[in-house]
Amino acid sequence: MDEDRVEAESTPTPARAERDATEPKKSRGGLSPRLQAVVVPVLAVFTALVIGAIVIAATDTTVVAAYRNFFRAPRTALSATWRAVATAYGALFSGSLGSPSEIFQAVQVYRSTGDNALWLKAIWPITESLVAATPFIFSGLAVALGFRCGLFNIGVEGQFGMGALAAAYVGYSITGAPRLVHLPLAVLAGALGGAVWAAIPGYLKAKTGAHEVVNTIMMNYIAFRLSDWLLNGPMKAPGYRPVTSSVEMTAALPRLFPAPIRFNAGFFLALAVAALVYWFLFKTTLGFEIRTVGANPDAARYAGMSVTRNFVLAMVLSGALAGLAGASQVLGVDYWVGQGFSAGYGFDAIALALLGKSHPFGVVLAALLFGALRSGATRMQSLAGIPIDIISILQGLVIVFIAAPAIIRWLYRIRVEREEEVVLTRGWGK
Amino acid sequence: MPLVLKLEGITKAFPGVLANDRIDLTLEQGEIHALLGENGAGKSTLMNILYGLYQPDGGRISLRPRDQANTASQTASTDGLVEVKIRNPNDAITQGIGMVHQHFMLIPPLTVTENVMLGTESTRGVVFLDRADAAGRIRKISEQYGLEVDPDAYIRDLPVGVQQRVEIVKLLYREADILILDEPSAVLTPQEVDRLFSTISNLVDQGKSIIFITHKLREVMEIANRITVLRDGRVVGTTTPEQTTQAELAAMMVGRHVELAVHKEPAAPGEVVLAVQDLQVLDDRQNLAVAGVSFKVKEGEIFGIAGVQGNGQTELVEALTGLRASIGGEVRILGAVITSATPRKILEKGVAHVPEDRQQDGLVLSCPVHDNLVLCNYYLPPFAKGIIIQEDAVIATASELVEEFDVRTPSVFVPTSNLSGGNQQKVIVAREFSRPVRLIIASQPTRGLDVGSIEYIHQRILQKRSEGTAVLLVSPELDEIIVLSDRIAVMYRGQIMDILPAKGVNREYLGLLMAGVEASEAAQSTPPTIEGEERVERVF
Amino acid sequence: MATSVARSQIRAISTGRARRMGLVFLAIGVATLLLLGRGLEAGQKATFGLNPGFKSQAIKIPDLTLPVQPTIYTLAAIILILGAWQLIRGSRSANALLGVVAFCFVFAFLTWAARGKSFNLVGMLGSSLVRATPIALAALCGVMCERSGVVNIGIEGIMLMSAQAAVVVATVTKNLYMGLAAAILTGAIISALHAVMAVSLKVDQVISGTAIIIIGTGATSFIAARFLEKNINGLNNSGTFPVISIPVLSKIPLLGPIFFENGIIVYLMLALIALTHILLFSTKWGLRTRAVGEHPRAADTLGINVYLVRYVSVILGGMIAGVGGAYFTIGSVGRFDEFMTAGKGFIGLAAMIFGKWSPFGAFGSSLLFGFADSLQIKLQILRVHIPSEFLLMAPYLITMVVLAGVVGRAIPPAADGQPYEKQ
Repeated sequence: MDEDRVEAESTPTPARAERDATEPKKSRGGLSPRLQAVVVPVLAVFTALVIGAIVIAATDTTVVAAYRNFFRAPRTALSATWRAVATAYGALFSGSLGSPSEIFQAVQVYRSTGDNALWLKAIWPITESLVAATPFIFSGLAVALGFRCGLFNIGVEGQFGMGALAAAYVGYSITGAPRLVHLPLAVLAGALGGAVWAAIPGYLKAKTGAHEVVNTIMMNYIAFRLSDWLLNGPMKAPGYRPVTSSVEMTAALPRLFPAPIRFNAGFFLALAVAALVYWFLFKTTLGFEIRTVGANPDAARYAGMSVTRNFVLAMVLSGALAGLAGASQVLGVDYWVGQGFSAGYGFDAIALALLGKSHPFGVVLAALLFGALRSGATRMQSLAGIPIDIISILQGLVIVFIAAPAIIRWLYRIRVEREEEVVLTRGWGK
Repeated sequence: MPLVLKLEGITKAFPGVLANDRIDLTLEQGEIHALLGENGAGKSTLMNILYGLYQPDGGRISLRPRDQANTASQTASTDGLVEVKIRNPNDAITQGIGMVHQHFMLIPPLTVTENVMLGTESTRGVVFLDRADAAGRIRKISEQYGLEVDPDAYIRDLPVGVQQRVEIVKLLYREADILILDEPSAVLTPQEVDRLFSTISNLVDQGKSIIFITHKLREVMEIANRITVLRDGRVVGTTTPEQTTQAELAAMMVGRHVELAVHKEPAAPGEVVLAVQDLQVLDDRQNLAVAGVSFKVKEGEIFGIAGVQGNGQTELVEALTGLRASIGGEVRILGAVITSATPRKILEKGVAHVPEDRQQDGLVLSCPVHDNLVLCNYYLPPFAKGIIIQEDAVIATASELVEEFDVRTPSVFVPTSNLSGGNQQKVIVAREFSRPVRLIIASQPTRGLDVGSIEYIHQRILQKRSEGTAVLLVSPELDEIIVLSDRIAVMYRGQIMDILPAKGVNREYLGLLMAGVEASEAAQSTPPTIEGEERVERVF
Repeated sequence: MATSVARSQIRAISTGRARRMGLVFLAIGVATLLLLGRGLEAGQKATFGLNPGFKSQAIKIPDLTLPVQPTIYTLAAIILILGAWQLIRGSRSANALLGVVAFCFVFAFLTWAARGKSFNLVGMLGSSLVRATPIALAALCGVMCERSGVVNIGIEGIMLMSAQAAVVVATVTKNLYMGLAAAILTGAIISALHAVMAVSLKVDQVISGTAIIIIGTGATSFIAARFLEKNINGLNNSGTFPVISIPVLSKIPLLGPIFFENGIIVYLMLALIALTHILLFSTKWGLRTRAVGEHPRAADTLGINVYLVRYVSVILGGMIAGVGGAYFTIGSVGRFDEFMTAGKGFIGLAAMIFGKWSPFGAFGSSLLFGFADSLQIKLQILRVHIPSEFLLMAPYLITMVVLAGVVGRAIPPAADGQPYEKQ
């Protein structure tokens, strides 16, 4: 590493220092980094959807059968393809946002008759998307905050689970407390649960240099075993199933529409927290330190910052956000915790942070998108028979395209002024 | 002597820089040809082209053919050379070209044998390594050329001088005829340099040809048969030591008259700023790297620490700046004990630190210039109110500093990585020197910079000295230490061998100390100072 | 860099850690006495079965019957003596002693757990090896990749896809070996994608691995839901490799049933461990691989193609992981279930770290993790009231302890995880 750096310095270093500095690097009509930061994610999502369409068509027996006769009846094959993809993505779209005409109609019915049943049915899909987006916002922020400090928190899944369990425990064990006390307490418990779980790898990283990637993965599995034990023992609700009791309604995040709509105050809490994270990262000295440590921990140390303290702080905050994700899901949607409660959230969160470029507002947008995809996929599964797991494939592809923008630039012939660097971690154990 | 290598019109451009501009160069058999130029003149680029690491944009490379069979089809020109394409190091190696890189290309956890044989392994069968065979060949080479190495030793256990020998053995093992040595003396003591030079003469006597890259005038005059000077990617001229002088070479390198002597006012030391008493520090491997060091630095003086790299200087500086815990002894700044204080506490005492690795430790290259200019005091007013950063104040101050310290940058908002090495160092100096500073700790402050930047940094340090700041200067470049310091300490294996005034100091004496000879013993063979010796010359 | 000279100098005496280790040993000794030695009935015996539970070629030997109380006291005494020795002498080779202490403690624990009952030791050790197999293969994949400087955390995803490919191909072709070949091929293809991203496109390798895990779980679940569930017998019912008894060797008591009466994938794993070791440390290619993992630029200047070495290592690693994937389906249950690798890929990474990036080290730690796994099941059968979840945490906890440097610092290859940029 040392060698690379020094050579980079001694060889292509400009012949005359002055000449180089006064002439900024020539732009060759490419995209500026700022514009690229927007264009690449959009194209990444688009490309992933195109590939998803290919997967849908290629695994559809009717379509495949039609292609057997492609040379005799090419139009049949193409229209079969179109039908398969359109049905699937149509279901995905209406399942995530609802149908505009239905909403329009429902509004008219409500205006004229005051009957809100249709209206609730019409907005159900979009509210479900927002419900799904809520934990995504928190967990995406968790990974993004870690990235900003140079930490790769793969442990969101475990922290999410511990946060959910802590929130559930406070939620069901305290009875008779007013909502004004009980709800904040349960939310804080969630944050604390996640924070504690993340603090361990953070502390180990700071104290011994043990790599957080390995340790957070290990903590995920420890959390998994621990919650298994808790749900079968100390926290088990009376009855047969290994689940906790339901939380008291005084600990629940208020729902903003009549049943069955599950949209709740958690979404606004998530937005507020995203704004808070933005302010913290970019407007405060603490955020300045975290970002400096993330960009170059050595220089941060030489400049008098405590790298270890920032590692622990960033991990704790990241864990707290992940814990909040768990709490928002328990207190806003499910009200109880069962086995496998947090499965998959950790990897989703990584995709969200990458897609959002580790920027709080970017993460919110990414979470809204993924929330919509998740809730739409349920409808796609029931209407078009496309397994919901297609969304995981799309997420994986999005990660690939974001992490390797060269693919996107090559596909769409985008030229850039300056290579954008996506370096988030450094080798093991250092 | 016949030619073995001819470079014609070699051209190489990097984005924004023409690193090599139509360079011509020839090498005769048995010749030591020095390639002289300041940092960034294009020496390394040229040699990396010859070694196949870069591809030239234009020009021709011709070599004397190694074996006749290969060249039957090719037409040799009148001088017996054949044009070749060197696409990668493999091509260079097969053509008999070898290179010792400035930063050794050795793999610490492997043995000498494994390092030497790597890429041209001896095998039993097709795949199984034959370490004994390779070790035997290495022993033979050691004997033939007088290069002592133990084939079974691990590289990580070898001192720098021996590692360099391993590098040379590596080339001979591949039967290289043309040896490129890139700044080979940078990490050695004067005596080790002598030994290297005798090795080089030995190699030349046995028919090898050598390209010697350096920026040190004295070495060029001592060893080279011919000298080619590069500047701004062009050949300025080729000459011989007999036909030229150091001053003339310096002018050729820099393109203007350079004052070789540095003028500085006599020191006016005041009260003690830094007092180190019996300090002991461990390195990363838990070995004692600083083994009981004591010294004092006063206001208005420059205290230089000389020594071969890796003798505890890094750990000493890290301990003094709070980056590394010490296990014994005491450090005081202006009387206050700071032995176990945090880096920030120490910075707040008025310590400025110019780290030896500016890109890794001194700057956050991906961040804008303005952030780097407040990296040590962003949390203090006027840059912060409570925990809220005052961006306007940061930018205003940064703009002033860029003006005052002549940092050439389009604006304070560009990433620091866009700046040239010299301007990056100016950012660090601006940040560190603009704070209320009582002590400056500077490690290799001019490493890898061009002459203009070197002059500027030296001038700034001397200016701080005359303002009454104490300066601790650490550098393995003996010339830099001698030029700037008022007093010099030599470090060897974690200990200070001697402390002596810089005026009239004898290089040879320092060299003995750097090699570990006790002060009393060294003084018997050569005097510590030479009366009237005022050979303080600029370094490049 | 700065350490070369000082090293040969005075070695700073840092026996503090070694001494602390002595205290740890003493604590373990006391714990053995207090936790296991209390409340034992005098004259109680523990029987360890030394013959496998299944029908075996091995020559029958008598079971081992030990008096519980004296055995536990003796083992506790050994631990205490070692602890005292370590405390006084402050030996630097504390890790070897730690192994002995751990062995004594585990044996004492087994004796305690088996008091008044019979415990089939050989059966449990045999199942430890079987359970260690996918872990070891995953770890070996990690060793191959990381020795060349490429971090691969996507092993879990590679194994899942290979597992599915194996069972589908084996079911369709009605040939288990075709299934194995399909698994290996799948491993090669997926890891080649990782290599493209990590080596050529210089993507952050942890992220690339993460993408492989997500796509791997997504794609296998997608295929399972779209095809396998609808046609189980035609696509997802392959049967498993039979047990092969190696002539002569399987007759050896104790070792025979443990090592020489297994399915082909276990033998393959054992062979791959040895092969990888030879490849890495005794061949030309291995030397180059290690050089590339430590200092790619140095290898490059000697004409070694860094990218080629990394591609080949990663793909070979992927093929090994493919064998590991095949174990889950055609090696053990004969069908594919969603998420069936259940984190074994990650435990494999842990085993790689614990084994210090060496094939035999990785194998040893996989055995340890496999042992913890099969012990946990055994204890449930013996109705020992220790929550099995805590025993299942052991591999993860051990990894974290090792990584923290409490027991022997694990140092990865110097260029691990760093993309190589040609000049």
